[in-house]
This record gives sequence, C-alpha cells and structure tokens, in this order.
Amino acid sequence: MILELKGIYKDYLQGKMVVSVLKDINLSVEEGDYIAIMGPSGSGKTTLMNLIGCLDVPTKGSYLLMGEDISKAGENKMAEIRNQSIGFVFQQFNLLPKLSALDNVALPLLYGGVNKSERRERAKAALEKVGLGDRLDFRPNQLSGGQCQRVAIARAIVGNPKLLLADEPTGALDSKSGEQVMELFQRLNDEGATIVMITHEQEIADYARTLYHIRDGVLQNGSRKGGSDE
Amino acid sequence: MLENISLAFQGIWGHKLRSFLTMLGIIIGIASIISIVSTIKGTNDQIKQNLIGAGTNAVKVQLYQGDGIFDVSYNTVPEGVNPISQETKEELEALEEVEKASLYTSRNYAGNVFHKNQAFTGTLLGIDTDYFDVYGYYVQVGRNFTEDDFTSFRKVAIVDRKAMTTLFSGDNPVGKTLEISGEPYLVVGMADQSSQFEPVINDPSDYNLYMNNSSGSVFIPGTTWPIVFQYDEPQTVALKASGTDAMTNAGKKAADILTEKLSASSDLKMSYKSEDLLEQAKQLQELSTSTNQQLIWIASISLLVGGIGVMNIMLVSVTERTSEIGLKKAIGARKSRILIQFLTEAAVLTSLGGLVGVGAGIVMAKVVSGVAGTPVAISAPATIIAVAFSMVIGLIFGLIPAVKASNLNPIEALRRE
Repeated sequence: MILELKGIYKDYLQGKMVVSVLKDINLSVEEGDYIAIMGPSGSGKTTLMNLIGCLDVPTKGSYLLMGEDISKAGENKMAEIRNQSIGFVFQQFNLLPKLSALDNVALPLLYGGVNKSERRERAKAALEKVGLGDRLDFRPNQLSGGQCQRVAIARAIVGNPKLLLADEPTGALDSKSGEQVMELFQRLNDEGATIVMITHEQEIADYARTLYHIRDGVLQNGSRKGGSDE
Repeated sequence: MLENISLAFQGIWGHKLRSFLTMLGIIIGIASIISIVSTIKGTNDQIKQNLIGAGTNAVKVQLYQGDGIFDVSYNTVPEGVNPISQETKEELEALEEVEKASLYTSRNYAGNVFHKNQAFTGTLLGIDTDYFDVYGYYVQVGRNFTEDDFTSFRKVAIVDRKAMTTLFSGDNPVGKTLEISGEPYLVVGMADQSSQFEPVINDPSDYNLYMNNSSGSVFIPGTTWPIVFQYDEPQTVALKASGTDAMTNAGKKAADILTEKLSASSDLKMSYKSEDLLEQAKQLQELSTSTNQQLIWIASISLLVGGIGVMNIMLVSVTERTSEIGLKKAIGARKSRILIQFLTEAAVLTSLGGLVGVGAGIVMAKVVSGVAGTPVAISAPATIIAVAFSMVIGLIFGLIPAVKASNLNPIEALRRE
C-alpha cells in the first residue's frame, strides 16, 4: 500500500461556523495504481489532494504514506516528503517564468541538496523523457501550454517520486495537448509510477484504472475499470 | 547561497527602475555619511599635518619656569641652569624614540637683526651642526656652516627662504651682510626645508595657529651666540623622533632626563617640557570631529527611511510572488530556504545601494571640497563599514517581509494565480 487514509476529516472555520470539507474519508492506493478522483467544484476534491500531497494536515484521522504516519508530521518533515516522495502537476503549470525549462525542472533537486552537475544531468534526462530534449533553454513564455505542462511533469518526475499527484492537469489545455499529456501519464504509469489525479472531466478520468467520486466531502466507493487493464 | 545571490541580482535587474528607487534612500544616506566622514578625516589629517609639519617628526623641548616658557629675552641667565653637556645630548640620542638631537638658542621676533635699513621680525637661531638635519633643512644657495665656522667663531649666517624674501626682497642673499646686535654677519647660504610644506590656511584662526613663523629664520653658528647675546643662555633641544607616533614619548622622556639634571643643580622652579604637537593635534581633531558627528546622526535618519522603503517594496514583492513561493514550498523548499531567499534579496539590494552610495559620497565630497574648499580624505575603513552597514539594514528591514513569505501557507499561495 503506498498510501492509506483512515477516517480523515477536515474542518474549516468559516466565520464562526465550522464547515466540514471532508468527512470520514477512507482511501487506499496500491503501488503502481492509477486512480482518478472526480467531483464537481466545492466537493472537497482539492482539499483531499492537498492532504494526500502533504500540503495540509487533517483535522482528524490518520494518513499513512509508505507505511509512515504523517498526519502529525512537522513542517520541515512535510517539506522533505513533498520533495522526495511526491511529484505535483498543477492545472496552471506553476512554472517560474524567469527560469529556463531546465532550471525549472532542476528546482526540486536543488531543494533536495543535489549538486549542480547532477541536477543538470537529471533535469535534462527528465525533459528528454517528456519529449522536450530540444527545449532545454526555453523559458515558459516561449513554450506552448502543452509543452509547459510537460515541463511541469518533468519537474514532478525528476526526483523519482513514488507518487505523482495531478490536479486538473489538462484543465488549461486544448484537447490535443491534453491528450498528449494524458498519454504521457499513461506511459509513466506503465513504467511503474503511482498516479493520483483529480478532474471533473469524464474523458480524462477514463484514463485511470480506478475511479472515485467525491461529493459534498464524502468519497464514494471506487469502481475498478474492467477489461484489459485488470 | 551563491545561487540565491545570483537569483537576487536577476530579480533586481528585472525591475531596474523599482530597484533603483528602492535603493535611493540607502544611496542618499550612505553618500551623505561617506561625504561627512571624508570631510572629518580630511580636516583631521590637515590639522595633524599643519601642526606636525612636513613629516620631519621634530619635537621641541624647552625650558619652563612654572607653567610658562622661560624667555631669555626678558630675563638674565638663571642661576643653576647649566648648558646641556655633550654627554646629556648623547644620552638623549640613545633613547629608542630619538634619532638625533640638536641644541640651539633662539630669539623670536628678533628686533636687532638688520639688512641695511630692513629690520627682521622673524626668528634668530644659534644652532649646532645637527639642527638642519633634525628639521630637514638643506642648503639651496651658497654653502652650509663648516666645522671651522663653529670652532673659529666666524660671524656667518644662513637665511631661510622666507627671510630671503623679507630681508633681501628675494634677491640672492649670499655675500651680503646682516647686522646682528651691531655685529656684521656674512650671509653664506640660503637653506630651505626639504619638503615645501605650507600649512593649509582656511580661516584667520588657522593663520594665528600655524603661521607664527611667517617672517622666516636666520641661523648663526651657536658658538657665536654669546657675541651678540649672553653667555650660557638656556638651550632648546630639538629632537628628531623615530616616527610620528614616537614624537610624544620622545619629547616626554627627553624632558624628564633634562629636568632631572636641572633639579640636581638648580633650586628654581625650572623644568624642561616638550611641546606635544600630537596632543595638540588630537584636541583640535576632537573638536572638529564632534561638530561633524552630529551630522552623521542626521544622515543616519535617511538610512532609516531608506530601510523602511526597502521593507515596503519587499512586502509588495512577497505579495506579487505568492504563487512562486507556494510552488517552491510545494516542491519541497523549506521555510528557512524561503526566508533566506528573501533576506538575501533585501541584503543584496541594500548592499548594492551602499556601494552606489559610497561612490556617490566620494564624488559628493570631492565636489563639496572643490566648491567650499574643505579638505577631504577618503577613509577606506569607513567605506567598508558603510557597505557592511547597508547590508545589515537590508537584513533587518528584510526580516519582516522574509518571515511573511516563509510563513505563507502553500495551499493559499498556490490558489492565487
């Protein structure tokens, strides 16, 4: 089991009212799995994503990531986990506009304390893997949306994390680029990466092996996709 | 760290106008401080130079009666004050701080020296063979005194450049005759101090302070002094100290030795004291420093204002870069890393301002000195301290924005696009 959520609650204070965004979430993801979590906006899917991504801590419940309970981890420990074990892909790419593609991809390695020549080496390899080996010195504003998202994916995989988290990865892309990005995820999953993806589009969710629906903070049981993938 | 610094430079370069305006407060503050400090140092250097002279490091040790210099022009030779012996002179020269000692007698405002009808109002000195060496005189025209001049009591004289002007209207004095107390003295040479040092005069009080010897000097062999004045007049000792900083001690030690010899033979309230030019210079310097130091405090206020400006812009920058901070945190940047990044940026910004300020300050000091005539000397430690200080300002005023950035919640930060 790569990650295991047990009885997770997340409450927010809205004015004087306590709002429960997540209610009793139980979710286990096996290594090498590819799951999609679908839900309309306001359903709590982003909050769930933040919890899985160690950007946030639950109000109640336990979260085991690779067997380690991190629901009570400190800030620096969480930063280390995000750096070493998790790769993020965001809807808006979140590339740093003043850095080249190569430097953007190398950034997580910098925080991981990898030396300069190895950073370059590995960032280059990651960019080649996403098919952008010829765009190393391009800045984000010189790249198309689909290329930007592939740079972001290279950044997510450069540290060889166990878990890839994608938050609406195709939300800002046209359908053709979106398709390319999804094929890339597919390939990464085939190579053994565990992927957790959030989306509200059925077509995108269809790429995953297991599909979960979340509604009003409650996670419904997953449905395993039948057929050849099984 | 290097990466942080180069990133900071990129950031500053990316917002040239904004960075410059942010630095302006620091630039103005540092520039004013540098120009004030330069003026203080320039004035102090000048005071020291004016008093100590052209670096001959000469110290005078004179006979005092009570608190006043014993002036033989208004007194007869006092009982018990014996001429300083050759042994005592050697004892003085044996002091670590003393290179050479000279014994001489003198009259200030000598009223009995004439060339034809031209009276002389400068100083007449009866010197020994070492005097020119101690004060750095060398003979420019004619010849120096010879051994024979001293032993044969020849009535010869050497004038300095000023005396040449006042007595001989600048004509070659060699071969002309001076009348000293009615005795004819043949001028054999004109001597000048090796470095053409002139005290810098900025106002009338400086003139009174430094220019007491404006009519020049006439030198005669010390052995002929009794011909025109009295036998065994008390001598003044001129010491050539081994260095400028040794002057005070050389004078004190020599005065002690001489006073000790004196009290053995005299029961009068007589003593030898050295004129302490260093001490005098120090007192004058302190006066000028303290008046200028208040200006430094005023200039510091602009540094404070500059610091606040930096803080303000850094806070804006944190807000602008919220999503960058969020992303960096999401991919594993620790809090401390973000903190250091922003602190570095603030420190680089203000250090740069400090550097520009130092440059501007030096230019400003030179311009003011050119216009107002104040002396200026650039102090290397002051410039280093100024740049270091502006860096510290960046660290202090960058702290609040940096803490704010490092405390940003990555979720909030990512949400804002």
